[in-house]
Amino acid sequence: MKEKVVRIALIGNPNTGKTSLFNHLTGLNQKVGNFPGVTVDKVVGKCKLTKDTFAEIIDLPGTYSLYPKSLDEQVVFQSLSNPSSEDFPDLVILVLETVNLKRGLFLLTQVSDLGMPVVAVLNEMPVLQGHDIPEVDSELLATEMGVPVYRINARTGKGIPALKEGLLSKPHPNKVIFGRPKILESIIPAIRIRFRLDNDFLAVQYIHQFEHLPFLSNEDKQLIRTLIKQHGLDLDEIKALETLHRYEVINERIGSFISDPPHKENTLTDKIDSIITHKVWGYLIFLLVLFITFQAIFSLASYPMDLIDQGMSHAIGWIKSWMPPGPFTNLVTEGLIAGIGGVVMFIPQIALLFMFVSLLEESGYMARVMFIMDAVMRKVGLNGRSVVPLMSGVACAVPAIMSARTIDNWLDRAITIFVTPLMSCSARIPVYAILIALVVPSTSVLGLFNLQGVVLMGLYLLGFLAAVASAWVLSKILKQKGKSVFVMELPDYRVPRWQNVGISIVEKVKTFVFEAGKIIVAISIVLWFLASYGPGEHMEKASSYVAALPEMQGASEEELGKAINAYQLEHSYAGTFGKFIEPAIAPLGFDWKIGVALITSFAAREVFVGTMGTIYSIGADDENTQSLKERMQAEINPETGESRYTVAVAFSLMVFYAFALQCMSTVAVVYREMKSWVWPIAQVVYMSSLAYLSSLLVYQLFK
Amino acid sequence: MPDPKTVADLKIGEAGEIAGFKDTKLSLKLLEMGCLPGSKVKMNSEAPFGDPISICIGGSHLSMRRAEAAIIIIK
Repeated sequence: MKEKVVRIALIGNPNTGKTSLFNHLTGLNQKVGNFPGVTVDKVVGKCKLTKDTFAEIIDLPGTYSLYPKSLDEQVVFQSLSNPSSEDFPDLVILVLETVNLKRGLFLLTQVSDLGMPVVAVLNEMPVLQGHDIPEVDSELLATEMGVPVYRINARTGKGIPALKEGLLSKPHPNKVIFGRPKILESIIPAIRIRFRLDNDFLAVQYIHQFEHLPFLSNEDKQLIRTLIKQHGLDLDEIKALETLHRYEVINERIGSFISDPPHKENTLTDKIDSIITHKVWGYLIFLLVLFITFQAIFSLASYPMDLIDQGMSHAIGWIKSWMPPGPFTNLVTEGLIAGIGGVVMFIPQIALLFMFVSLLEESGYMARVMFIMDAVMRKVGLNGRSVVPLMSGVACAVPAIMSARTIDNWLDRAITIFVTPLMSCSARIPVYAILIALVVPSTSVLGLFNLQGVVLMGLYLLGFLAAVASAWVLSKILKQKGKSVFVMELPDYRVPRWQNVGISIVEKVKTFVFEAGKIIVAISIVLWFLASYGPGEHMEKASSYVAALPEMQGASEEELGKAINAYQLEHSYAGTFGKFIEPAIAPLGFDWKIGVALITSFAAREVFVGTMGTIYSIGADDENTQSLKERMQAEINPETGESRYTVAVAFSLMVFYAFALQCMSTVAVVYREMKSWVWPIAQVVYMSSLAYLSSLLVYQLFK
Repeated sequence: MPDPKTVADLKIGEAGEIAGFKDTKLSLKLLEMGCLPGSKVKMNSEAPFGDPISICIGGSHLSMRRAEAAIIIIK
């Protein structure tokens, strides 16, 4: 694998086994990146062809046509349109499957008319039962369509060696199918000369898609706009006519030897659907699936999480034991390693969530969830496709917001993105966990459920209801632009392919660790600095000042050390900020120490527990949750003389964390996705006000 | 002139043949997915609350909202 001989783009309809083929060709040699200008994930892999050569393969989003209906589909034409881009392929592999062959051939003719060398791959689809798969004569198909056709099975890998060999040979010249529609004849030459295009259909694509082509200047766009206006072109109709014409040609060429598959009644898919999309059973099954998913995420993930926690504290202890004591060691252990620990800690939950999401997608169940949820979601101004972002939001809002790109309606997508951070993400779990442990007894309810578990579930429900209610209000305020389209395929059920599930988990975890992880580690270092240094000379003089206090006379060295640490924290930058905001948060039941945690949490809420640990124990020997909980329990409110963390305070704090947008990564990803600061700013203002007012209400009612 | 019959008017199990579309803009996606004039379409099922619906066309099942089905004219 030394020399790259060819760059290949993988294109095909959704549900054709394109990703399976990609995984077969590249294995774990994959890298996720971004397409320039858009945030659609670009998955690139290396495929070994011979001992010394490899092909670079780009997996493009599944699409039915070069004319995009959603943001991720835009990428397909964009990457085929710009020869000067580093992603421009030498060759396209077009994945076809036998049941919907004509639909795939339609896309093939579009790609081929761009002058792009195409190799077609006919994938044998794993269908559970019920379809008579039409026999396709692949040699005849190759002759008629003018492209080489390779028969493969993307599950078993059958036929892939022959395909790899074929990739090394010289591509054929293409037969033009629909290069120059008559109605555009008058303006194609002008476009071709202006942009130096050597192909008619490429000029046609410029006419239809110039608004989405990032490499065109505003002048260029204005030029095309004027041409379209001058000639009075109805672009929608031209595209519809092109589609009809292409299907006609396909029927002429292959109609004699390929017939449409007859539809069989009462297939296994139909039988499963009659239960899964049933009025009652459908929703019950969906609830059960959610329940099992969350149970698994909480119960199974806790074992590796405990191990990681212990591993990290061992690592910190070990490093402290051999590095010389001093600010640098503290920076490494309390800043850097603690931060890395905070990232690694979430890996088990993210891996488990994406295992379930990927299993549901692979099996064909996810499409049914959208099907049965569309009517419900539409009532609150969302869309059946909003279910996936909302569900994924329970793990982490960042990938969830990115997954909203499949929603083709702009407003539905904007509202989904706006409310997704209200879903309780996994970063809130540690906050909820310690506060619940603090004030909710672990008794059983109805002999079945643990009360702590019930409260936790209540917090999730609270987030979900807030998301739904906010969506409803927003959809009433903002008027719907354009029609929302919900046409989608319900694929046949099939057994998930474990390799695809595994690769999906690895990719998602990698993205989290390297994207969100960077920010979390950086923040934890900043935090360490804010908590370790302060204005004036309080920090340096802390030990002499505390030692001189009358109540510290005769105190042990350990007590003295703790008192010094507490004094330093109070006078650090973090403590100063906390005191500054105390008057504003006192009505919510919070003191300056909680204020410090709130401020630091505005960057990322998972730092709450770490900050609490720092506040109550800088310098203490062990920082595990148990002892932090005890320390928090022992905290006295000087005004009442009772415990600081009463039920009212703890619930007020939990509600605050449920609603506040305390996550820089989310703000950043919303900005990237919406390409405007209006949305993330509105989101921060809205969620902060909601959090403040709800906390105020909770504290004033329960205190 | 009475409104032409559309896919949205089909009862479950009923079939028809696509004759055309009422809305060019919305028809593009349907055309690209293989809902072509002349092809046979069958109402397969409805989601709970009657919307969206699923239809059989060619070898596959498509789901769409009733509003979208109502632009597909059948004969």
